[in-house]
Amino acid sequence: MNSELIISNVYLDNELVDIYLSKGRIKEISAPGTLREDLEKVSYNGALLLPSLVDCHVHLRDPGQEYKEDIYTGLKAAVGGGFSHVFAMANTSPVNDNESITTYMLDKARKFFPKGPNLYPIAALTKGLEGKELSPLHELKQAGCIAVSNDGIPVKDNELFRRAMEYAHDAGLLVLDHCEDPYLAKDSAMNEGKLSARLGLKGQPTVAEALQVSRDILLASYLNIPIHLCHISCEQSVELIYWAKKKGVPVTAETCPHYLLWDELLVAQYNTLAKVNPPLRTRSDILAIRQAVREGIIDIIVTDHAPHADFEKDVPFALAPNGISGLDTALSLLWELVVMDELSVKDIVRCLHDKPGEIFSLNMSGICKGGVANFVVFDPNLSWEVTPNTLMSKGKNTPCLGKTLKGKVLSHFIDGNLVYKLEED
Amino acid sequence: MKWSHKHLLDIEPLTREDIFLIFELAQRFEEVNLRPIKKVPTLKGKTVILYFSEPSTRTKTSFDIAAKRLSADVFSLATKGSSEEKGESLKDTVLTLEAMNPDLIVIRHRQSGAARFVSTKIKCNVINAGDGWHAHPTQALLDGYTLSKEWNNEFQGKTLLILGDIAHSRVARSDIELFNKLGTRVRLCAPKTLLPRHVESWPVEVYSDLERACDGVDAIQCLRLQLERQEAGLLPSLREYSREFGLCKRHLILANRGVKIMHPGPMNRGIEISSEIADSRESLILDQVNAGVAVRMALLHLFLTVN
Repeated sequence: MNSELIISNVYLDNELVDIYLSKGRIKEISAPGTLREDLEKVSYNGALLLPSLVDCHVHLRDPGQEYKEDIYTGLKAAVGGGFSHVFAMANTSPVNDNESITTYMLDKARKFFPKGPNLYPIAALTKGLEGKELSPLHELKQAGCIAVSNDGIPVKDNELFRRAMEYAHDAGLLVLDHCEDPYLAKDSAMNEGKLSARLGLKGQPTVAEALQVSRDILLASYLNIPIHLCHISCEQSVELIYWAKKKGVPVTAETCPHYLLWDELLVAQYNTLAKVNPPLRTRSDILAIRQAVREGIIDIIVTDHAPHADFEKDVPFALAPNGISGLDTALSLLWELVVMDELSVKDIVRCLHDKPGEIFSLNMSGICKGGVANFVVFDPNLSWEVTPNTLMSKGKNTPCLGKTLKGKVLSHFIDGNLVYKLEED
Repeated sequence: MKWSHKHLLDIEPLTREDIFLIFELAQRFEEVNLRPIKKVPTLKGKTVILYFSEPSTRTKTSFDIAAKRLSADVFSLATKGSSEEKGESLKDTVLTLEAMNPDLIVIRHRQSGAARFVSTKIKCNVINAGDGWHAHPTQALLDGYTLSKEWNNEFQGKTLLILGDIAHSRVARSDIELFNKLGTRVRLCAPKTLLPRHVESWPVEVYSDLERACDGVDAIQCLRLQLERQEAGLLPSLREYSREFGLCKRHLILANRGVKIMHPGPMNRGIEISSEIADSRESLILDQVNAGVAVRMALLHLFLTVN
């Protein structure tokens, strides 16, 4: 690629512009056709320019379960999905509870993607995620972990959790908590309600989430230590977070595209591709989550990308593992919400770029004159069929499988380099 | 005769006509069961596999006898020693069974939705013989058939009480669906811990007091109490359960004259039902077992000869 390039005819903040890239930096942003004529020019016919996105909650399965996903395929899906920053959860095998695992992950990511996307390991809060003893959090921080979480196995012991928050705070690591009361949620396969009763499946009540949300809020308030609440799925949690923020409690929260779009009816035919934890809830939860995102009560949107092998999902419902593969489809799904007028492009940029940058102190430059090129060119009108072949992730486990989605990343620049370009067929 | 169903997974897709057709056929087959030579050649050359990956005596025996009386070749797989137990997935197990070209598979499985799952994997007919807490359509049909004989096919204006562990009962779910279709009013009675959430949205009346629940009912289906419910913290003790929810003679006085007692079995005498009632003349418990064979013969006949 030439070191000078014009990216022509793209929308930036609702304005059609040409972008002049020089040595990886944005030298000029101006009206179409007003830049130098003698440079290489790629015209995008009105596609959208978005800053590179951050996904703060991803399961890459590497080390240990590479048949589900590995760092290479996961990051490949990420970059094609518009993500330049990927936070990898600690539930690998072995668990990321010591320096050597963190180093392995970082080395592998750098080896395959020296120019990005960038991997940010999340440390296990307790050794082996067992909820008994703290992991060496200073060691993990120094090795390169960005945050800390006990992932899908929330710490039951409130005293230990309190001490973990304090200790992690000293180490400069924000605690991300999967909010689920382990007793109320035990053995559950879907949302508890009319549908679970009809299907004869053990349901997970929304209060299993909300109860843990309140514990976390009260601890954060008492200790005055920030906490981040993972994948919020229900209205009751939103109400609690709203209350906490109004009180000035240092709490932030995330949700996922699936909680913004789909309700429990997706599992009415025992569709294991829609089996996820927390489970898909109801219409009123969806509406509450959308409003919470618009109003900033929920700060960020993550994929909770949870790839599984096809045969693992091809079993009776309750036996299937939880999780939806999300990196490939997230942006298209969020675009559906923009088309529905439920979210704006600004909401997307705020929830997947600005806010994650703030919460995790990432150096996000945005798209501005003089800044390094960190952006995606996204064609909102390009339809694509979701098939095992079009998904870059090894995880084909998404309810979108077989459906047509709108919106695709055409190219992706990270730190001034073109790291992804959509192959034309 | 019209039968357009490929599988019997739950009661939901059955019309009233379907249900009465099954009852009518069952009556004809019941006559076969009374003959000295209890066999007809209807299903000669047809292969039926009974795949029961959960312990069962009555349902399995009932299907076995039903198929054999229709001259089908029956093969059954038991829980112990099944390849699923050796770690094979349900999908692979049923694909393996299908490769042997059966005409129909009867499946019992502890997972809700397992019968539907199987039906999406294979081409032959599937009959659900009970999947988790979800459905047990042949039990509901035999319950309906048993009462149809007592009630002379008049289901409307009658009230059925289902008593016991509704939350974990596939029998309750299928019974509710069936008797609703037939126009019978359904009441439930159980402690709240054994009722599903939002049960008030079901087409039933819910009672927590057994005496009140029995007032004016025409039949009572008493469900088996699984002993592990106590361990799960849903009940303090079997003693307390049987004192509050165990069906005994004094309840029958409150019911309508001619009240009938049913139980899908196996019974815990003295817990959910008093021994006296189980053996009383109001009890249809053994009639249910008898009806089970006839109803299953009717279903096998419909699936394997009509469609």
